[in-house]
Amino acid sequence: MTGEPVIRTDGLTRRFGALTAVDAVSLEFTAGRIHAVIGPNGAGKTTFLNLLSGNLRPTTGSVRLRGREIAGAPVHAIARLGVGRSYQRTNVFPEFTCFENCRLGAQARLSSSMRFFKPADAYAGVNADAERALSLCRLSHRRDDAADVLSHGERRQLELGMMLATSPSVLLLDEPLAGMGAAEAGLMLDLIKGLASDHTIVLVEHDMDAVFSTADVITVMVGGRALETGTPAAIQVSPAVREAYLGAAKGAPAP
Amino acid sequence: MKPRLDGRRAALAAALLALALVPAVADEFYVVLFTKILVLGIFAMSLDLLVGYTGLPSLGHAAYFGAAAYAAMVLAPESAPANLLLTLPASVLVAALLALATGALAVRTAGMYFIMVTLAFGQMAYFAVHDSPYLGGSDGKLLFARPVVAFGGAAILDFAEPQVYYLLVLACLAGSYGILRAVVQSPFGRVIQGIRVNEARMQALGYATYRYKLASFAIGGAFAGLAGYLAAYQAEYVNPKLLGWQESGLALVMVILGGVGTLHGAVLGSAAIVLLQEFFSELTSHWMLLLGLFIVGSVIWLPHGIVGIRAWARRARTR
Repeated sequence: MTGEPVIRTDGLTRRFGALTAVDAVSLEFTAGRIHAVIGPNGAGKTTFLNLLSGNLRPTTGSVRLRGREIAGAPVHAIARLGVGRSYQRTNVFPEFTCFENCRLGAQARLSSSMRFFKPADAYAGVNADAERALSLCRLSHRRDDAADVLSHGERRQLELGMMLATSPSVLLLDEPLAGMGAAEAGLMLDLIKGLASDHTIVLVEHDMDAVFSTADVITVMVGGRALETGTPAAIQVSPAVREAYLGAAKGAPAP
Repeated sequence: MKPRLDGRRAALAAALLALALVPAVADEFYVVLFTKILVLGIFAMSLDLLVGYTGLPSLGHAAYFGAAAYAAMVLAPESAPANLLLTLPASVLVAALLALATGALAVRTAGMYFIMVTLAFGQMAYFAVHDSPYLGGSDGKLLFARPVVAFGGAAILDFAEPQVYYLLVLACLAGSYGILRAVVQSPFGRVIQGIRVNEARMQALGYATYRYKLASFAIGGAFAGLAGYLAAYQAEYVNPKLLGWQESGLALVMVILGGVGTLHGAVLGSAAIVLLQEFFSELTSHWMLLLGLFIVGSVIWLPHGIVGIRAWARRARTR
Protein backbone atom coordinates (compact mmCIF):
# COMPACT_ATOMS: atom_id res chain seq x y z
CA MET A 1 0.00 0.00 0.00
CA THR A 2 1.46 3.32 -1.01
CA GLY A 3 0.32 6.75 0.10
CA GLU A 4 -1.66 7.86 3.11
CA PRO A 5 -5.25 6.67 3.19
CA VAL A 6 -7.81 9.38 2.37
CA ILE A 7 -10.53 7.60 4.28
CA ARG A 8 -9.90 5.25 7.16
CA THR A 9 -12.62 3.46 9.08
CA ASP A 10 -11.94 1.92 12.45
CA GLY A 11 -14.28 -0.62 14.00
CA LEU A 12 -17.15 0.97 12.10
CA THR A 13 -20.40 -0.60 13.29
CA ARG A 14 -24.05 0.04 12.65
CA ARG A 15 -26.81 -1.91 14.33
CA PHE A 16 -30.53 -1.79 13.50
CA GLY A 17 -32.12 -3.32 16.59
CA ALA A 18 -30.84 -6.88 16.79
CA LEU A 19 -29.35 -6.77 13.28
CA THR A 20 -25.73 -5.72 12.90
CA ALA A 21 -25.68 -4.41 9.32
CA VAL A 22 -22.07 -3.26 9.44
CA ASP A 23 -19.88 -5.06 11.93
CA ALA A 24 -16.55 -3.61 13.06
CA VAL A 25 -15.28 -2.71 9.59
CA SER A 26 -11.76 -1.28 9.52
CA LEU A 27 -10.65 -0.30 6.03
CA GLU A 28 -8.39 2.17 4.27
CA PHE A 29 -9.15 3.91 0.99
CA THR A 30 -6.24 5.40 -0.91
CA ALA A 31 -6.20 8.21 -3.48
CA GLY A 32 -5.92 7.27 -7.13
CA ARG A 33 -7.44 3.84 -6.65
CA ILE A 34 -10.74 2.24 -7.44
CA HIS A 35 -11.62 0.32 -4.31
CA ALA A 36 -14.62 -1.94 -4.88
CA VAL A 37 -16.78 -3.31 -2.10
CA ILE A 38 -18.60 -6.47 -3.11
CA GLY A 39 -20.68 -9.05 -1.34
CA PRO A 40 -24.00 -10.83 -1.49
CA ASN A 41 -27.28 -8.94 -1.01
CA GLY A 42 -27.67 -7.80 2.57
CA ALA A 43 -23.93 -7.84 3.21
CA GLY A 44 -24.08 -4.23 4.40
CA LYS A 45 -22.42 -2.51 1.42
CA THR A 46 -24.94 0.30 1.02
CA THR A 47 -25.15 0.76 4.79
CA PHE A 48 -21.37 1.07 4.79
CA LEU A 49 -21.55 3.81 2.12
CA ASN A 50 -24.28 5.55 4.11
CA LEU A 51 -21.99 5.61 7.13
CA LEU A 52 -19.21 7.19 5.06
CA SER A 53 -21.49 9.83 3.53
CA GLY A 54 -23.29 10.71 6.76
CA ASN A 55 -26.70 9.44 5.65
CA LEU A 56 -26.49 7.14 8.67
CA ARG A 57 -24.76 7.61 12.02
CA PRO A 58 -22.53 4.79 13.16
CA THR A 59 -23.46 2.95 16.34
CA THR A 60 -19.77 2.83 17.22
CA GLY A 61 -16.47 3.24 15.44
CA SER A 62 -14.84 6.04 13.55
CA VAL A 63 -14.53 7.39 10.03
CA ARG A 64 -11.55 9.62 9.36
CA LEU A 65 -11.25 11.77 6.27
CA ARG A 66 -7.58 12.79 5.95
CA GLY A 67 -7.22 12.26 9.67
CA ARG A 68 -10.32 14.23 10.57
CA GLU A 69 -13.15 12.46 12.39
CA ILE A 70 -16.37 12.75 10.38
CA ALA A 71 -18.48 9.95 11.85
CA GLY A 72 -21.89 11.32 12.80
CA ALA A 73 -21.42 14.64 10.97
CA PRO A 74 -24.42 15.76 8.88
CA VAL A 75 -24.59 14.80 5.20
CA HIS A 76 -24.14 18.35 3.90
CA ALA A 77 -21.06 18.95 6.06
CA ILE A 78 -19.38 15.76 4.80
CA ALA A 79 -20.30 16.68 1.22
CA ARG A 80 -18.65 20.07 1.67
CA LEU A 81 -15.45 18.35 2.79
CA GLY A 82 -15.26 16.82 -0.69
CA VAL A 83 -17.14 13.54 -0.38
CA GLY A 84 -19.45 13.04 -3.36
CA ARG A 85 -22.13 10.40 -3.31
CA SER A 86 -24.19 8.81 -6.06
CA TYR A 87 -27.23 6.75 -5.26
CA GLN A 88 -28.47 3.32 -6.23
CA ARG A 89 -31.82 4.80 -7.23
CA THR A 90 -31.21 7.54 -9.77
CA ASN A 91 -31.55 10.80 -7.97
CA VAL A 92 -31.43 13.70 -10.43
CA PHE A 93 -33.78 16.69 -10.59
CA PRO A 94 -36.14 15.54 -13.35
CA GLU A 95 -37.72 18.88 -14.25
CA PHE A 96 -34.41 20.78 -14.46
CA THR A 97 -32.15 20.76 -17.52
CA CYS A 98 -28.92 18.77 -17.49
CA PHE A 99 -27.00 22.01 -17.20
CA GLU A 100 -29.14 23.19 -14.29
CA ASN A 101 -28.62 19.86 -12.52
CA CYS A 102 -24.87 20.30 -12.80
CA ARG A 103 -25.11 24.01 -11.97
CA LEU A 104 -26.78 23.13 -8.67
CA GLY A 105 -23.86 20.86 -7.91
CA ALA A 106 -21.31 23.51 -8.85
CA GLN A 107 -23.13 26.19 -6.87
CA ALA A 108 -22.75 24.08 -3.73
CA ARG A 109 -19.07 25.05 -3.86
CA LEU A 110 -19.86 28.71 -3.18
CA SER A 111 -19.03 29.69 0.38
CA SER A 112 -22.78 30.16 0.86
CA SER A 113 -25.83 30.24 -1.36
CA MET A 114 -27.52 32.83 0.87
CA ARG A 115 -27.24 35.23 -2.06
CA PHE A 116 -30.56 36.76 -2.90
CA PHE A 117 -30.34 39.29 -5.70
CA LYS A 118 -27.74 38.59 -8.39
CA PRO A 119 -29.12 36.06 -10.88
CA ALA A 120 -27.78 32.55 -10.32
CA ASP A 121 -26.63 32.24 -13.94
CA ALA A 122 -24.45 35.35 -13.60
CA TYR A 123 -21.85 33.45 -11.56
CA ALA A 124 -19.25 32.73 -14.25
CA GLY A 125 -17.16 30.37 -12.13
CA VAL A 126 -20.19 28.26 -11.24
CA ASN A 127 -21.26 28.11 -14.89
CA ALA A 128 -17.77 27.03 -15.96
CA ASP A 129 -17.69 24.27 -13.33
CA ALA A 130 -21.11 23.08 -14.49
CA GLU A 131 -20.03 22.97 -18.15
CA ARG A 132 -16.87 21.08 -17.17
CA ALA A 133 -18.93 18.54 -15.22
CA LEU A 134 -21.31 18.14 -18.17
CA SER A 135 -18.44 17.37 -20.49
CA LEU A 136 -16.82 15.03 -17.94
CA CYS A 137 -20.01 12.96 -17.82
CA ARG A 138 -20.28 13.28 -21.63
CA LEU A 139 -23.64 15.01 -21.70
CA SER A 140 -22.66 18.36 -23.24
CA HIS A 141 -24.89 17.59 -26.22
CA ARG A 142 -27.84 17.22 -23.82
CA ARG A 143 -27.12 20.50 -22.03
CA ASP A 144 -30.55 22.10 -22.37
CA ASP A 145 -32.70 18.96 -22.23
CA ALA A 146 -34.75 18.31 -19.13
CA ALA A 147 -33.39 15.40 -17.12
CA ASP A 148 -36.68 13.50 -17.34
CA VAL A 149 -36.34 13.01 -21.11
CA LEU A 150 -32.95 11.29 -20.73
CA SER A 151 -32.50 7.55 -21.09
CA HIS A 152 -31.76 5.55 -17.96
CA GLY A 153 -28.07 5.38 -18.78
CA GLU A 154 -27.87 9.10 -19.44
CA ARG A 155 -29.52 9.82 -16.11
CA ARG A 156 -26.88 7.73 -14.38
CA GLN A 157 -24.25 9.80 -16.22
CA LEU A 158 -25.98 13.00 -15.12
CA GLU A 159 -26.05 11.76 -11.54
CA LEU A 160 -22.28 11.37 -11.80
CA GLY A 161 -21.96 14.80 -13.46
CA MET A 162 -23.91 16.50 -10.69
CA MET A 163 -21.61 14.95 -8.15
CA LEU A 164 -18.47 15.87 -10.13
CA ALA A 165 -19.69 19.47 -10.36
CA THR A 166 -19.18 19.77 -6.61
CA SER A 167 -15.46 19.02 -7.25
CA PRO A 168 -15.26 16.17 -4.76
CA SER A 169 -12.02 14.35 -3.97
CA VAL A 170 -13.81 11.20 -2.82
CA LEU A 171 -16.49 9.47 -4.91
CA LEU A 172 -18.86 7.02 -3.23
CA LEU A 173 -20.57 5.17 -6.08
CA ASP A 174 -23.51 2.95 -5.20
CA GLU A 175 -24.13 0.53 -8.08
CA PRO A 176 -23.46 2.97 -10.91
CA LEU A 177 -24.11 0.21 -13.47
CA ALA A 178 -27.47 -0.91 -12.07
CA GLY A 179 -30.07 -1.48 -14.77
CA MET A 180 -27.74 -0.58 -17.64
CA GLY A 181 -27.32 -2.27 -21.00
CA ALA A 182 -23.87 -3.47 -22.07
CA ALA A 183 -23.05 -0.35 -24.13
CA GLU A 184 -24.18 2.04 -21.40
CA ALA A 185 -22.28 0.10 -18.77
CA GLY A 186 -19.13 0.19 -20.91
CA LEU A 187 -19.36 3.97 -21.19
CA MET A 188 -19.92 4.35 -17.46
CA LEU A 189 -16.94 2.12 -16.66
CA ASP A 190 -14.75 4.19 -18.98
CA LEU A 191 -15.92 7.31 -17.16
CA ILE A 192 -15.12 5.85 -13.76
CA LYS A 193 -11.68 4.62 -14.88
CA GLY A 194 -10.94 8.09 -16.22
CA LEU A 195 -11.71 9.59 -12.82
CA ALA A 196 -9.55 7.20 -10.83
CA SER A 197 -6.26 9.05 -11.22
CA ASP A 198 -7.33 12.13 -9.28
CA HIS A 199 -10.07 10.79 -7.02
CA THR A 200 -10.48 8.29 -4.24
CA ILE A 201 -13.22 5.98 -5.47
CA VAL A 202 -15.30 3.60 -3.37
CA LEU A 203 -17.35 1.46 -5.72
CA VAL A 204 -20.22 -0.76 -4.65
CA GLU A 205 -21.25 -2.89 -7.61
CA HIS A 206 -22.98 -6.17 -8.35
CA ASP A 207 -21.58 -6.66 -11.85
CA MET A 208 -18.62 -8.95 -11.05
CA ASP A 209 -17.04 -8.75 -14.50
CA ALA A 210 -17.02 -4.98 -14.22
CA VAL A 211 -15.58 -5.05 -10.72
CA PHE A 212 -12.79 -7.48 -11.50
CA SER A 213 -11.83 -5.59 -14.65
CA THR A 214 -11.78 -2.08 -13.13
CA ALA A 215 -11.02 -2.28 -9.43
CA ASP A 216 -7.49 -1.92 -8.07
CA VAL A 217 -8.51 -3.21 -4.65
CA ILE A 218 -11.50 -5.31 -3.68
CA THR A 219 -13.05 -5.78 -0.26
CA VAL A 220 -15.47 -8.64 0.20
CA MET A 221 -18.22 -8.03 2.73
CA VAL A 222 -20.31 -10.85 4.14
CA GLY A 223 -22.85 -10.47 6.92
CA GLY A 224 -21.69 -6.94 7.73
CA ARG A 225 -18.01 -7.91 8.14
CA ALA A 226 -15.15 -7.07 5.83
CA LEU A 227 -14.01 -10.60 5.13
CA GLU A 228 -10.98 -9.94 3.02
CA THR A 229 -9.30 -7.11 1.13
CA GLY A 230 -6.85 -7.54 -1.72
CA THR A 231 -6.13 -7.24 -5.43
CA PRO A 232 -8.65 -8.78 -7.83
CA ALA A 233 -6.25 -11.64 -8.49
CA ALA A 234 -5.80 -12.35 -4.78
CA ILE A 235 -9.55 -12.16 -4.11
CA GLN A 236 -10.30 -14.55 -6.95
CA VAL A 237 -8.13 -17.28 -5.43
CA SER A 238 -8.79 -16.58 -1.76
CA PRO A 239 -10.11 -19.77 -0.12
CA ALA A 240 -11.93 -17.82 2.59
CA VAL A 241 -13.80 -15.75 0.02
CA ARG A 242 -14.65 -18.84 -2.01
CA GLU A 243 -16.04 -20.56 1.00
CA ALA A 244 -18.02 -17.65 2.45
CA TYR A 245 -19.20 -15.92 -0.68
CA LEU A 246 -18.97 -18.10 -3.74
CA GLY A 247 -19.40 -21.22 -1.69
CA ALA A 248 -22.87 -20.08 -0.75
CA ALA A 249 -23.82 -20.88 -4.34
CA LYS A 250 -22.26 -24.37 -3.98
CA GLY A 251 -19.29 -23.77 -6.24
CA ALA A 252 -21.33 -22.07 -8.98
CA PRO A 253 -19.72 -18.95 -10.53
CA ALA A 254 -20.45 -15.61 -8.91
CA PRO A 255 -23.65 -13.90 -10.08
CA MET B 1 -34.47 32.69 -24.60
CA LYS B 2 -33.72 36.44 -24.76
CA PRO B 3 -36.70 37.55 -26.89
CA ARG B 4 -39.13 35.57 -24.74
CA LEU B 5 -37.73 37.27 -21.67
CA ASP B 6 -38.19 40.67 -23.29
CA GLY B 7 -41.73 39.71 -24.27
CA ARG B 8 -42.40 38.93 -20.64
CA ARG B 9 -40.97 42.28 -19.58
CA ALA B 10 -43.20 44.09 -22.08
CA ALA B 11 -46.28 42.21 -20.85
CA LEU B 12 -45.34 43.09 -17.29
CA ALA B 13 -44.89 46.78 -18.10
CA ALA B 14 -48.22 46.85 -19.93
CA ALA B 15 -49.99 45.20 -17.00
CA LEU B 16 -48.47 47.67 -14.54
CA LEU B 17 -49.43 50.62 -16.73
CA ALA B 18 -52.99 49.36 -17.08
CA LEU B 19 -53.24 48.89 -13.32
CA ALA B 20 -51.84 52.37 -12.70
CA LEU B 21 -54.60 53.83 -14.90
CA VAL B 22 -57.42 52.19 -12.91
CA PRO B 23 -57.99 55.19 -10.58
CA ALA B 24 -58.12 57.52 -13.59
CA VAL B 25 -60.84 55.63 -15.40
CA ALA B 26 -62.81 53.65 -12.82
CA ASP B 27 -65.31 54.43 -10.06
CA GLU B 28 -64.19 54.44 -6.48
CA PHE B 29 -65.96 51.10 -5.99
CA TYR B 30 -63.60 49.46 -8.47
CA VAL B 31 -60.58 51.24 -7.06
CA VAL B 32 -61.36 49.73 -3.66
CA LEU B 33 -62.00 46.33 -5.22
CA PHE B 34 -58.71 46.45 -7.10
CA THR B 35 -56.89 47.53 -3.94
CA LYS B 36 -58.20 44.38 -2.29
CA ILE B 37 -57.03 42.27 -5.25
CA LEU B 38 -53.52 43.71 -5.12
CA VAL B 39 -53.19 43.41 -1.34
CA LEU B 40 -54.24 39.76 -1.46
CA GLY B 41 -52.03 39.38 -4.53
CA ILE B 42 -48.98 40.31 -2.43
CA PHE B 43 -50.15 37.90 0.26
CA ALA B 44 -50.64 35.06 -2.24
CA MET B 45 -47.23 35.74 -3.87
CA SER B 46 -45.57 35.49 -0.47
CA LEU B 47 -47.23 32.10 0.00
CA ASP B 48 -46.20 31.01 -3.50
CA LEU B 49 -42.57 31.45 -2.45
CA LEU B 50 -43.20 28.76 0.17
CA VAL B 51 -45.61 26.47 -1.68
CA GLY B 52 -44.49 26.81 -5.28
CA TYR B 53 -40.76 27.31 -4.88
CA THR B 54 -39.68 25.80 -1.57
CA GLY B 55 -42.28 23.03 -1.37
CA LEU B 56 -43.62 24.13 2.02
CA PRO B 57 -47.45 23.98 1.92
CA SER B 58 -48.21 26.27 4.86
CA LEU B 59 -51.73 26.40 6.24
CA GLY B 60 -50.85 29.07 8.77
CA HIS B 61 -49.53 31.82 6.55
CA ALA B 62 -52.23 34.27 7.66
CA ALA B 63 -50.57 34.43 11.09
CA TYR B 64 -47.85 36.67 9.61
CA PHE B 65 -50.36 38.63 7.52
CA GLY B 66 -52.43 39.28 10.64
CA ALA B 67 -49.44 39.86 12.92
CA ALA B 68 -48.31 42.80 10.80
CA ALA B 69 -51.87 44.13 10.62
CA TYR B 70 -52.04 44.12 14.42
CA ALA B 71 -48.55 45.59 14.65
CA ALA B 72 -49.77 48.44 12.46
CA MET B 73 -52.70 48.96 14.84
CA VAL B 74 -50.56 48.86 17.98
CA LEU B 75 -48.00 51.25 16.48
CA ALA B 76 -50.62 53.74 15.33
CA PRO B 77 -51.19 56.80 17.56
CA GLU B 78 -54.66 57.08 19.16
CA SER B 79 -55.76 60.21 17.39
CA ALA B 80 -53.26 61.05 14.71
CA PRO B 81 -52.12 59.31 11.55
CA ALA B 82 -49.09 57.01 11.80
CA ASN B 83 -45.92 57.63 9.85
CA LEU B 84 -45.71 55.03 7.09
CA LEU B 85 -41.92 55.24 6.93
CA LEU B 86 -41.65 53.97 10.49
CA THR B 87 -44.67 51.74 10.97
CA LEU B 88 -44.51 49.84 7.68
CA PRO B 89 -40.95 48.51 8.14
CA ALA B 90 -41.63 47.84 11.83
CA SER B 91 -44.79 45.84 11.06
CA VAL B 92 -43.00 43.85 8.35
CA LEU B 93 -40.22 43.14 10.83
CA VAL B 94 -42.72 41.85 13.40
CA ALA B 95 -44.13 39.43 10.81
CA ALA B 96 -40.66 38.32 9.69
CA LEU B 97 -39.48 37.68 13.25
CA LEU B 98 -42.63 35.74 14.10
CA ALA B 99 -42.09 33.66 10.94
CA LEU B 100 -38.46 33.10 11.90
CA ALA B 101 -39.40 31.94 15.40
CA THR B 102 -42.26 29.64 14.38
CA GLY B 103 -40.49 28.53 11.20
CA ALA B 104 -37.47 27.39 13.22
CA LEU B 105 -39.68 24.59 14.49
CA ALA B 106 -42.06 24.17 11.54
CA VAL B 107 -39.48 23.64 8.77
CA ARG B 108 -37.96 20.75 10.72
CA THR B 109 -41.08 18.84 9.73
CA ALA B 110 -42.24 17.88 6.26
CA GLY B 111 -45.37 16.94 4.37
CA MET B 112 -48.50 16.39 6.41
CA TYR B 113 -46.70 17.27 9.65
CA PHE B 114 -45.62 20.60 8.24
CA ILE B 115 -49.23 21.38 7.33
CA MET B 116 -50.39 20.46 10.83
CA VAL B 117 -47.65 22.44 12.59
CA THR B 118 -48.24 25.60 10.55
CA LEU B 119 -51.99 25.24 11.07
CA ALA B 120 -51.41 24.91 14.81
CA PHE B 121 -49.15 27.98 14.96
CA GLY B 122 -51.70 29.91 12.91
CA GLN B 123 -54.52 29.02 15.27
CA MET B 124 -52.37 29.83 18.29
CA ALA B 125 -51.76 33.30 16.85
CA TYR B 126 -55.48 33.63 16.11
CA PHE B 127 -56.53 32.79 19.66
CA ALA B 128 -53.75 34.87 21.20
CA VAL B 129 -55.28 37.90 19.48
CA HIS B 130 -58.88 36.77 19.89
CA ASP B 131 -58.52 36.40 23.66
CA SER B 132 -56.55 39.57 24.28
CA PRO B 133 -58.67 42.55 25.45
CA TYR B 134 -55.72 44.86 24.83
CA LEU B 135 -55.82 43.97 21.11
CA GLY B 136 -59.61 44.35 20.93
CA GLY B 137 -60.57 40.71 21.42
CA SER B 138 -63.02 39.14 19.00
CA ASP B 139 -64.38 42.56 17.94
CA GLY B 140 -61.07 43.84 16.66
CA LYS B 141 -60.13 47.50 16.67
CA LEU B 142 -60.48 50.53 14.45
CA LEU B 143 -57.51 52.47 13.17
CA PHE B 144 -57.78 56.24 13.48
CA ALA B 145 -56.69 57.08 9.94
CA ARG B 146 -54.58 55.93 7.01
CA PRO B 147 -50.85 56.49 7.50
CA VAL B 148 -48.93 59.43 6.06
CA VAL B 149 -45.43 59.82 4.76
CA ALA B 150 -43.83 62.34 7.12
CA PHE B 151 -40.41 63.93 7.23
CA GLY B 152 -39.41 65.90 10.31
CA GLY B 153 -42.96 66.17 11.60
CA ALA B 154 -44.46 67.42 8.35
CA ALA B 155 -46.73 65.10 6.40
CA ILE B 156 -45.79 65.27 2.72
CA LEU B 157 -48.10 62.54 1.43
CA ASP B 158 -51.30 61.14 2.84
CA PHE B 159 -53.32 58.16 1.73
CA ALA B 160 -56.82 59.14 2.88
CA GLU B 161 -58.02 59.16 -0.72
CA PRO B 162 -58.70 55.59 -1.94
CA GLN B 163 -57.08 56.43 -5.28
CA VAL B 164 -53.81 57.49 -3.66
CA TYR B 165 -53.89 54.48 -1.35
CA TYR B 166 -54.43 52.27 -4.39
CA LEU B 167 -51.28 53.64 -5.99
CA LEU B 168 -49.32 52.94 -2.80
CA VAL B 169 -50.56 49.33 -2.84
CA LEU B 170 -49.73 49.01 -6.53
CA ALA B 171 -46.20 50.29 -5.88
CA CYS B 172 -45.82 47.75 -3.07
CA LEU B 173 -47.05 44.96 -5.35
CA ALA B 174 -44.62 45.94 -8.11
CA GLY B 175 -41.76 46.17 -5.62
CA SER B 176 -42.64 42.82 -4.03
CA TYR B 177 -42.89 41.14 -7.40
CA GLY B 178 -39.52 42.58 -8.47
CA ILE B 179 -37.79 41.48 -5.29
CA LEU B 180 -39.36 38.02 -5.20
CA ARG B 181 -38.60 37.48 -8.90
CA ALA B 182 -34.95 38.34 -8.23
CA VAL B 183 -34.91 36.06 -5.19
CA VAL B 184 -36.23 33.01 -7.06
CA GLN B 185 -33.62 33.51 -9.81
CA SER B 186 -30.75 34.00 -7.37
CA PRO B 187 -28.50 31.21 -6.10
CA PHE B 188 -30.75 31.11 -3.03
CA GLY B 189 -33.80 30.71 -5.26
CA ARG B 190 -32.21 27.79 -7.11
CA VAL B 191 -31.43 26.08 -3.82
CA ILE B 192 -35.00 26.29 -2.51
CA GLN B 193 -36.33 24.97 -5.83
CA GLY B 194 -33.91 22.07 -5.58
CA ILE B 195 -35.15 21.43 -2.05
CA ARG B 196 -38.73 21.30 -3.30
CA VAL B 197 -37.84 18.59 -5.81
CA ASN B 198 -35.45 16.51 -3.70
CA GLU B 199 -34.22 17.74 -0.35
CA ALA B 200 -32.05 14.70 0.40
CA ARG B 201 -30.16 15.13 -2.86
CA MET B 202 -29.50 18.79 -2.04
CA GLN B 203 -27.97 17.74 1.28
CA ALA B 204 -25.78 15.21 -0.50
CA LEU B 205 -24.56 18.05 -2.74
CA GLY B 206 -23.52 19.98 0.37
CA TYR B 207 -26.44 22.27 1.10
CA ALA B 208 -27.54 22.75 4.72
CA THR B 209 -31.17 22.67 3.62
CA TYR B 210 -32.70 23.62 6.96
CA ARG B 211 -31.23 27.12 6.83
CA TYR B 212 -32.51 27.72 3.33
CA LYS B 213 -36.02 26.55 4.17
CA LEU B 214 -36.06 28.75 7.26
CA ALA B 215 -34.82 31.80 5.33
CA SER B 216 -37.50 31.22 2.71
CA PHE B 217 -40.16 30.88 5.42
CA ALA B 218 -39.06 34.18 6.99
CA ILE B 219 -38.98 36.01 3.64
CA GLY B 220 -42.47 34.68 2.89
CA GLY B 221 -43.57 35.87 6.33
CA ALA B 222 -42.13 39.34 5.72
CA PHE B 223 -44.05 39.81 2.46
CA ALA B 224 -47.21 38.40 4.05
CA GLY B 225 -46.62 41.09 6.69
CA LEU B 226 -46.40 43.80 4.05
CA ALA B 227 -49.75 42.63 2.69
CA GLY B 228 -51.22 42.52 6.21
CA TYR B 229 -50.11 46.08 6.94
CA LEU B 230 -51.73 47.28 3.72
CA ALA B 231 -54.90 45.26 4.44
CA ALA B 232 -55.23 46.79 7.91
CA TYR B 233 -55.05 50.30 6.53
CA GLN B 234 -57.31 49.60 3.60
CA ALA B 235 -60.11 48.61 5.96
CA GLU B 236 -58.82 50.92 8.72
CA TYR B 237 -59.84 48.08 10.94
CA VAL B 238 -58.26 44.88 12.24
CA ASN B 239 -59.94 41.77 13.60
CA PRO B 240 -58.76 38.24 14.51
CA LYS B 241 -60.12 36.77 11.27
CA LEU B 242 -57.07 38.21 9.54
CA LEU B 243 -54.99 35.51 11.26
CA GLY B 244 -57.45 32.64 10.93
CA TRP B 245 -57.01 29.45 8.96
CA GLN B 246 -59.74 30.49 6.51
CA GLU B 247 -57.52 33.38 5.44
CA SER B 248 -54.55 31.00 5.05
CA GLY B 249 -56.71 28.59 3.09
CA LEU B 250 -58.00 31.36 0.83
CA ALA B 251 -54.43 32.39 0.00
CA LEU B 252 -53.60 28.76 -0.80
CA VAL B 253 -56.61 28.56 -3.13
CA MET B 254 -55.45 31.75 -4.87
CA VAL B 255 -52.00 30.31 -5.43
CA ILE B 256 -53.32 27.01 -6.76
CA LEU B 257 -56.00 28.63 -8.90
CA GLY B 258 -53.53 31.11 -10.39
CA GLY B 259 -50.70 28.66 -10.98
CA VAL B 260 -48.21 27.34 -8.45
CA GLY B 261 -44.59 28.44 -8.65
CA THR B 262 -45.00 31.43 -10.96
CA LEU B 263 -45.49 34.50 -8.66
CA HIS B 264 -47.68 36.38 -11.17
CA GLY B 265 -50.10 33.45 -11.09
CA ALA B 266 -50.73 34.22 -7.43
CA VAL B 267 -51.86 37.74 -8.35
CA LEU B 268 -54.14 36.36 -11.09
CA GLY B 269 -55.53 33.89 -8.57
CA SER B 270 -56.24 36.73 -6.17
CA ALA B 271 -58.02 38.67 -8.91
CA ALA B 272 -60.07 35.61 -9.86
CA ILE B 273 -61.18 34.88 -6.31
CA VAL B 274 -62.01 38.48 -5.38
CA LEU B 275 -63.90 39.15 -8.61
CA LEU B 276 -65.78 35.84 -8.47
CA GLN B 277 -66.73 36.45 -4.85
CA GLU B 278 -68.09 39.83 -5.93
CA PHE B 279 -69.88 38.43 -8.98
CA PHE B 280 -71.40 35.35 -7.34
CA SER B 281 -72.52 37.25 -4.23
CA GLU B 282 -74.51 39.59 -6.49
CA LEU B 283 -76.26 36.57 -8.00
CA THR B 284 -77.19 34.63 -4.91
CA SER B 285 -76.70 34.42 -1.18
CA HIS B 286 -75.39 30.88 -1.74
CA TRP B 287 -72.36 32.28 -3.55
CA MET B 288 -69.93 30.12 -1.55
CA LEU B 289 -71.43 27.08 -3.26
CA LEU B 290 -70.86 28.56 -6.71
CA LEU B 291 -67.30 29.60 -5.83
CA GLY B 292 -66.60 26.11 -4.51
CA LEU B 293 -67.89 24.50 -7.70
CA PHE B 294 -65.79 26.88 -9.75
CA ILE B 295 -62.66 25.97 -7.79
CA VAL B 296 -63.33 22.24 -8.14
CA GLY B 297 -63.88 22.66 -11.88
CA SER B 298 -60.77 24.72 -12.41
CA VAL B 299 -58.58 22.28 -10.51
CA ILE B 300 -59.89 19.47 -12.73
CA TRP B 301 -59.69 21.25 -16.07
CA LEU B 302 -56.86 23.68 -15.40
CA PRO B 303 -54.33 21.72 -13.38
CA HIS B 304 -51.66 24.36 -13.98
CA GLY B 305 -53.92 27.22 -13.00
CA ILE B 306 -54.78 30.38 -14.87
CA VAL B 307 -51.20 30.82 -16.11
CA GLY B 308 -51.52 27.36 -17.69
CA ILE B 309 -54.39 28.48 -19.93
CA ARG B 310 -52.12 29.37 -22.85
CA ALA B 311 -50.35 26.02 -22.93
CA TRP B 312 -53.72 24.34 -22.46
CA ALA B 313 -55.25 26.25 -25.39
CA ARG B 314 -52.22 25.43 -27.57
CA ARG B 315 -52.66 21.73 -26.82
CA ALA B 316 -56.38 21.95 -27.51
CA ARG B 317 -55.70 23.52 -30.93
CA THR B 318 -53.19 20.92 -32.02
CA ARG B 319 -55.41 18.08 -30.91
